Amino acid sequence: MGKSFEEIIAPFKDKKGGIIEAFHALQKEYNFIPQEALKETARIFRIPEAEAYGIATFYTHFSIEKRGKYIIRMCESAPCHVAGADKVLKALESYLGIKAGETTPDGKFTLELCECVGQCQATPVITINGEPELNVTPEKIPQILSKYE
Amino acid sequence: MINLTIDGKNVTVPRGTMLLEACRLAGADIPTLCYDPELKLAGSCRMCVVEVEGRRTLAASCVTPAEEGMVVQTESEEVVEARKVILELLLARHRLDCHVCEKDGNCRLQDYCYRYGVKDSRFKGEEPHFYKDDPNPFIERDYDKCIMCTKCVRACAEITGAFAINLKNRGHEVVISTAFDGGLKDSTCVFCGQCVMVCPVGALVSKVEKGRGRDYQTEKVRTICSYCGTGCTLELKVLNDQVVGVNSVRDERLSPVNRGALCVKGRFGWDFVNSKERLTQPLVRKDGELVPVSWDEALDYTASRLKEIKERWGAGSMAVFTSARTTNEENYLAQKLARAVIGTNNVDHCARL
Amino acid sequence: MKGEKRIILEYADKINPEKAEDYIKVGGYKGLEKARRMKPKKIIEEVKKSNLRGRGGAGFNTGMKWSFIPENAPIKYVVCNLDEGEPGTYKDRIICEKNAQALLEGMAICATAIGAEKGYIYCRGEYPYIVKLLNNAIKSAKEIGALEDFDIEVRMGAGAYVCGEETALIESIEGQRGEPRFKPPFPGVEGLWGMPTVVNNVETFACLPYILVNGAEWFASIGAPNYPGTKILTLTGDINNPTYFEVPTDYLLSDVIYELGGGIKSGRELKAVQVGGSSGAFIPKKNIDTPIDFDSMTKIGASLGSGAVFVLDETRDIVDIATRIAKFFKHESCGKCNPCREGTFRMYEMMTRINKGLGKPEDIENILVLSRVMQKASLCGLGQAAPIPIETSIKHFKSDYMAKLN
Repeated sequence: MGKSFEEIIAPFKDKKGGIIEAFHALQKEYNFIPQEALKETARIFRIPEAEAYGIATFYTHFSIEKRGKYIIRMCESAPCHVAGADKVLKALESYLGIKAGETTPDGKFTLELCECVGQCQATPVITINGEPELNVTPEKIPQILSKYE
Repeated sequence: MINLTIDGKNVTVPRGTMLLEACRLAGADIPTLCYDPELKLAGSCRMCVVEVEGRRTLAASCVTPAEEGMVVQTESEEVVEARKVILELLLARHRLDCHVCEKDGNCRLQDYCYRYGVKDSRFKGEEPHFYKDDPNPFIERDYDKCIMCTKCVRACAEITGAFAINLKNRGHEVVISTAFDGGLKDSTCVFCGQCVMVCPVGALVSKVEKGRGRDYQTEKVRTICSYCGTGCTLELKVLNDQVVGVNSVRDERLSPVNRGALCVKGRFGWDFVNSKERLTQPLVRKDGELVPVSWDEALDYTASRLKEIKERWGAGSMAVFTSARTTNEENYLAQKLARAVIGTNNVDHCARL
Repeated sequence: MKGEKRIILEYADKINPEKAEDYIKVGGYKGLEKARRMKPKKIIEEVKKSNLRGRGGAGFNTGMKWSFIPENAPIKYVVCNLDEGEPGTYKDRIICEKNAQALLEGMAICATAIGAEKGYIYCRGEYPYIVKLLNNAIKSAKEIGALEDFDIEVRMGAGAYVCGEETALIESIEGQRGEPRFKPPFPGVEGLWGMPTVVNNVETFACLPYILVNGAEWFASIGAPNYPGTKILTLTGDINNPTYFEVPTDYLLSDVIYELGGGIKSGRELKAVQVGGSSGAFIPKKNIDTPIDFDSMTKIGASLGSGAVFVLDETRDIVDIATRIAKFFKHESCGKCNPCREGTFRMYEMMTRINKGLGKPEDIENILVLSRVMQKASLCGLGQAAPIPIETSIKHFKSDYMAKLN
């Protein structure tokens, strides 16, 4: 913490079309885009707030809701689906005690569903803050998540 | 010039003409939902699709330039099937309550369903769930009727420049929204109602007009807005000798000043016309009471008082201050009265403040 | 049995993709050098003659695409599409991980041909590690002067499959919602920030150095004459070797599955294969003795697309998988045009009903009508392709559907 929204956005403000990079940078810091940050981004990039809001809500990697420290994304695209993604999802949900789309009460994990992450040589795949975990089985989940305790 | 064949007719159009225009020249009535000649092209409703010989897909005529030698069918089996299915898809996300809808009889969706005999939708499932109450005095937003033509977003940005609304989310969940889903009064909206003007369905309607008479029941009286000197043309909707609403007149020949665009006052502020408290004759204060008098009496009284003041205090003691609500001509006459009759150069106008 | 033919991936794992020096040691940047000595028109002619066709899915002649760029435009852009979002596809990631410098060289060759000074790589948000790799690779190439004045900037997407469509991709680089534009105008005339822009896939760019070095005739003689060269395929599903292969384009789909792929897992029989990712058609077993090239695939009602090969064994529930695919498109539709926004949503509803055993025969009829209209009337390739897997699964496996009806 410590950096202001403006400081986070600053490196991208002169980049044409850099608003998406700015959103990425904000998310890296907060794991979501806080309302005040979005307003600040709109101001710096000189676009209406409604438009900035429209951009942020278009892309699934951006969230305008508060999320956990670690974002677990479960791929449910067809190749992961036939490799048993449903079972992995159920196991994740029961291990974390939350449903897809929710955040654990301690604010540590957010579980999301996603489409193909391009690691299809080793299905099913999950990513944790962007890092892929391959060939995931229900049994492996405690061990994988223990790295993030 | 470009020569092409539309529904068997030869048509010649200038280069750069879109097929939609060419089809209309050929006498074909092409349905459109997202097209508006004053707004940037969207090409998204796909109602205006036509069949172009040799093409794999149907062409959206509003965004497809006419090309030399094109052979176009505007109501082929494929075209009609596409339009019907699109209408059915829209019906499945549109709350059908035409019997109480303000737009009944003046609704594009209704018109096209009628034209293509689309009675019901084969694709019904989840009902629309986009409605959100927006407590403001002027604009009712019922996105359960929205067909996502985005004309309101474009009109807000391109005609008014308020940029209050935009698209939120994507796919089926896409909805028109202010920043952070707030009400219009907390946004940059200026309540000009240009969004209401362009909405082809009942998603955006005037709260002021609600329930006071459907468009087809009313008599239309074209007039000039009396609020200011801009001189915007508007159309009063009259029912039983009462003004019950205001329409935009978008034809440039009839509405050269504003081409249909209005401000909050012209579009929503006409209620006073029927007010019982409205002054309908001159009043003169007699013994501390305002008393109705004839125009002759009122004017004589005013003239004699002006004369008295001038004689006692001089013309320089008087000033004439005019209003932006009067026309240019009236403003001219007022300063003339000041200079030539009263004899003062103390002339000012509220627009200068 | 024919095996792989590696051109782009010849030095996979033998060189460091981030290091331009490594690449140069195995002959890298020779194609660009050659291009710089040629007249721009000649480069375009050479690429045209090689008959290199877009590897992203549409299969358009690359040289032809470049020739649409107006010569006199003051600013032009080269854009690389690294937004591979087709489920089961990861070949562009592999190219970056194994031979990123070839991509940079290919972009620089294109820039030389059309007269561009700036290039963008639009990398999908799922590959933050590839963004890092590419930035290092660009730095290395810049340091040794291999790219001269040509600048390449990497931009990262944020989770939108539709941004793989070239005009949506351009919108996204411009910092907008990734909604496709109507065409014309095509990007070649009015692309990024309104300027003429070439958008090509990673694999397309990566072919170029080898075409320039070895000549158009050499390239044109590899694989299928109508779609020459090699294609990188990624195998997923019920296959013994779920990995990637680079094969000549006349390679048979059946050989992909049974030779390179090592056959179906657990010794089962093949039920169907879907080529090109989730937007591809389902191909029944009887049609697999077909070369993988673009035109041969089109002839059997399928498409090569991204080169993903998704294999399903005899035990698989095709209705369930098609339902899953319908959900994918519902999730990824941008929402701009009516047929796709509402069509993908209702398609998923109807498929879910059938998959749960609640479907009625008219659901299938309605799916087929909707499918026809989406293919004909949608604004972009997403909506046009979305119903294809559903439609072909009904066409080839109708009995599976009938068995699930209520």
